[in-house]
Amino acid sequence: MTINRRTLLAGAAALPALGGLPFRSARAQAANTIRIGVMNDQSGTYRDLSGPGSTQAVELAVKESGITQRGVTVEVVQADHQNKPDVGSTVVRQWIDRDGVDVIVDVPTSSVALATNTLVREKNKVFLNSGAATSDLTGAQCSPNTVHWTYDTWMLAQSTGGAMVRAGGKSWFFITADYAFGHALERDTGNFVKAQGGEVLGAVRTPFPGTTDFSSYLQQAQRSRAQVIGLANAGGDTINSIKQAAEFRITRGGRVKLAGLLVFITDVNSLGLEVAQGLVLSETFYWDLNDKTRAFTQRLGAMPGNIKPSMVQAGCYASVLHYLKAVGDMGVAAAKASGVDAVTRMKAMPTNDDAFGEGTIRADGRKIHPCYLFEVKSPAESKGAWDYYKLLGTTPGAQAFRPLTEGSCALVRS
Amino acid sequence: MADTAISVAAPDAVHEEAGLFGFTRAQALAFGVLVAFVLVSPFFLYPVFLMKVLCFALFACAFNLLIGYVGLLSFGHAAFFGMGGYIAGHTAKVWGLTPEIAIIGGGAVGAVLGLGIGWLAIRRSGIYFAMITLAMAQMVYFFCLQAPFTGGEDGIQQIPRGRLFGLIPLDTDFTLYWLVAAIFLGGFLLVHRVVHSPFGQVMKAVRENEPRATSLGYRTDDYKLLAFVLSAGLAGVAGGTKAMVFGIATLTDVHWNMSGEVVLMTLVGGLGTVFGPVVGAAVIVTMQNYLAEFGAWVTVIQGVIFVACVLAFRRGVVGEIGNLLKVRL
Amino acid sequence: MIENLLFELEMAAPQVILGLVNGAFYALLSLGLAIIFGMLNVINFAHGAQFMMGAFVAWMLLAWAGIPYWGALVLAPLIVGVFGVVIERTMIARLYKLDHLYGLLLTFGLALIIEGVFRNGFGSSGLPYAPPAAFNALNIDIPIMFLPGYRVWVVIASVLVCLATWLVIEKTKIGAYLRAATERPELVQAFGINVPRMMTLTYGAGVALAAFAGVLAAPIYSVNPAMGANFIITVFAVVVIGGMGSIMGSVVTGFGLGLIEGLARVVYPEASATVVFVIMAIVLLTRPAGLFGRG
Repeated sequence: MTINRRTLLAGAAALPALGGLPFRSARAQAANTIRIGVMNDQSGTYRDLSGPGSTQAVELAVKESGITQRGVTVEVVQADHQNKPDVGSTVVRQWIDRDGVDVIVDVPTSSVALATNTLVREKNKVFLNSGAATSDLTGAQCSPNTVHWTYDTWMLAQSTGGAMVRAGGKSWFFITADYAFGHALERDTGNFVKAQGGEVLGAVRTPFPGTTDFSSYLQQAQRSRAQVIGLANAGGDTINSIKQAAEFRITRGGRVKLAGLLVFITDVNSLGLEVAQGLVLSETFYWDLNDKTRAFTQRLGAMPGNIKPSMVQAGCYASVLHYLKAVGDMGVAAAKASGVDAVTRMKAMPTNDDAFGEGTIRADGRKIHPCYLFEVKSPAESKGAWDYYKLLGTTPGAQAFRPLTEGSCALVRS
Repeated sequence: MADTAISVAAPDAVHEEAGLFGFTRAQALAFGVLVAFVLVSPFFLYPVFLMKVLCFALFACAFNLLIGYVGLLSFGHAAFFGMGGYIAGHTAKVWGLTPEIAIIGGGAVGAVLGLGIGWLAIRRSGIYFAMITLAMAQMVYFFCLQAPFTGGEDGIQQIPRGRLFGLIPLDTDFTLYWLVAAIFLGGFLLVHRVVHSPFGQVMKAVRENEPRATSLGYRTDDYKLLAFVLSAGLAGVAGGTKAMVFGIATLTDVHWNMSGEVVLMTLVGGLGTVFGPVVGAAVIVTMQNYLAEFGAWVTVIQGVIFVACVLAFRRGVVGEIGNLLKVRL
Repeated sequence: MIENLLFELEMAAPQVILGLVNGAFYALLSLGLAIIFGMLNVINFAHGAQFMMGAFVAWMLLAWAGIPYWGALVLAPLIVGVFGVVIERTMIARLYKLDHLYGLLLTFGLALIIEGVFRNGFGSSGLPYAPPAAFNALNIDIPIMFLPGYRVWVVIASVLVCLATWLVIEKTKIGAYLRAATERPELVQAFGINVPRMMTLTYGAGVALAAFAGVLAAPIYSVNPAMGANFIITVFAVVVIGGMGSIMGSVVTGFGLGLIEGLARVVYPEASATVVFVIMAIVLLTRPAGLFGRG
């Protein structure tokens, strides 16, 4: 639907070169054209961590794949799903039915991702998910057309829950957004805490959405005398709870730590270090992690809103890069003909990119790479803009994600 | 209360000749055009898009029944629309019943919900009525977020279209379109029939002068409540149908934004006109479709249309056309 | 048994205070709504958006002009109030002769526009706004709880402003004109008082109250475009419960419901978002005109 402005301009510039037969050329190209649809949140809570930045990352992947030099045209289009599954499925339906889109990329918000997952499988296209959290994408609802790249809830719970206990945070209290997603995060994390020998002292369920004042819940958490307050919520709820925890000095003296179960670097940026310092969280990519990630960030250039790439945007880059490698390997026609074949080819090839390093894609569609536990620096520790994290621990790829056999994915048994 | 009642796009002509279903000649002509469009358009336009328009058109007609003919502005109609979708989705997916039963079930639950909310809300009128329906619908929204059967944030996904009466498979968009078209036309004619029945006449009397209607011996509250229930039931049918079309029932349809959207559709088309809600729904859905790429600007544009309609364009598209041609449409 | 009760009490005390903080916002917002409704017969659906504007203007004043909190507390309501005056003159004034519902629809449209524009301009992640350090002097640091001084200030400021508004309306000459114009506008006009200008200023004042609440809220919640929409539906329910007959009524209802909500957070947190709506339903069944309504 929405051809990106940059792509349109590029197309317009290319027109004179095609001479007098633009229409025939365009049609001849269609068979040799890969259309990538980047669908995410362009206007809501997840705009900063996905949004136009994801499109920019995808465009970099297209450029670096070198596939255009081999005569393949790649068009990138983008759309806003407004975090609503019905809007998302309408966009995907139209993209595939009418606009000939071959790959859907990004799609944060689990509900929209699951709807997209179903549609893409039905139409036999490719779905490269980077933004969504639900581990169902590679579990009960796994699909041969889908690769889930960046992170999932199992991984976050395992890394934050398990590693925190190992780092000394033995007793937990949860502030949980009262809906399915929050409950799942609380349950999973609690299980890992207990598995590591920690204990869960209690939890409070906060009405969702519409809770803006978390102070009373934070005080209930504080009174439980837990060492770690786990925030089993997301987006604005997490931001408000962290802010108010700072305001009520919940973490003063360093005895109590806040653990965000779904916090992104863009959230830390909007909170500011003064408020967010000491917060513990897990991510699979940090722009300042090593030379390669810094090089990747450098090549990406200035991002909309002057942000550094989030792990979601990095995942968009890496997944599209790997997909285009597979396309180059198997040929455009074969890749367009069957999404299952394209994904199967992606699974057969090892992955390697600057953002996530070396990795693999498992049979259930799960991308495997290490996961990092970070603590947010204090303003005194931070040496400059976006110098936000210090590394507490690394979970190697093999242990970072849910074991293949435990996900009840039908693809694994067959 | 106010001296100029809301709605009433064109002056009421009392001695109109009423033909079939109570249509005047101009209305019958317009209805013919509408039916022709419904029959021909799927051969040229994307059927999923058309089905969406028809679902919202029915929703807007149901809403218009209240505002246009009883003078009650409900700001909570999303509750019935969304709940209808959830019930239809659950019936078709979990219980495996046929689509027509699913949609009827959506309508029935919408009506029951309407009975409860309406019973509370008709205690006040005007602005209070709007605020109460809004608040009650917000409670329904919270309920849908929490209740296990709605699937919370994910909604009910992968709702099977199934077989109509257990016989006709509805898998292709083109087949399903005819079912949706039939439901829409049925609902549209029902609304029109009700408005032109003796019941409808009392409803209008309540709108124009409630104390007078009361003094004439009508139990106006019963009439208001019945109209509310009917409107809620039809909204439920519309929501159920939409869920079957898209195979998904979500929180979007219970959110108060949706209540605002149906007000906007009816306002754009023309409050209290017969065809206004249909035209309004078509305009707004088309606009959303083509402006989707502008993200948050869609909200701004909708707001601008709201303001423009209220300030300069209160008759709406159909009302203006009717005024120009000196007929009631 | 007694020990248990004491513990419960100890738990409840901080929640009561925190509930008052929320009640302070409900009171300010429903007060503004009531003033506007009393004079203009318009339910100002844009009230939430204007509350949000207040917070954003405070943020802009600090970030772009370096004007600190205290300046914003005065300037932001003025700026947003002037915006309200313009809205009233150019749009709302045209609707007075029509059904009141058109005012509701118009302001709903305005709310969509304002929120959309701010979302486009500032995203929806929210912007930080730190409270001035001076409030730390008000910090309550006792064994059972730590209460940030800023929250204490919010309750004090809200009570003061509500009281001042009540005094102006009930005890001054301007207030007398206002009350008279609410009852019989033609008559007051005949006495040579400019009623349309009075309506304009009333709307401006109501909007300024919303913006004032917005500035108060800025350091507590993140400054984001949806902050008003979250509040406004609850405030509508507060208004239905209190009835819009009296200024004092809306203030008392606002604080009272904030308290009840605060207690619900301890007793049954899951229901704390819906408790206001449940109370609304009960009030409608027993006193349809609202607790302080006049028929």
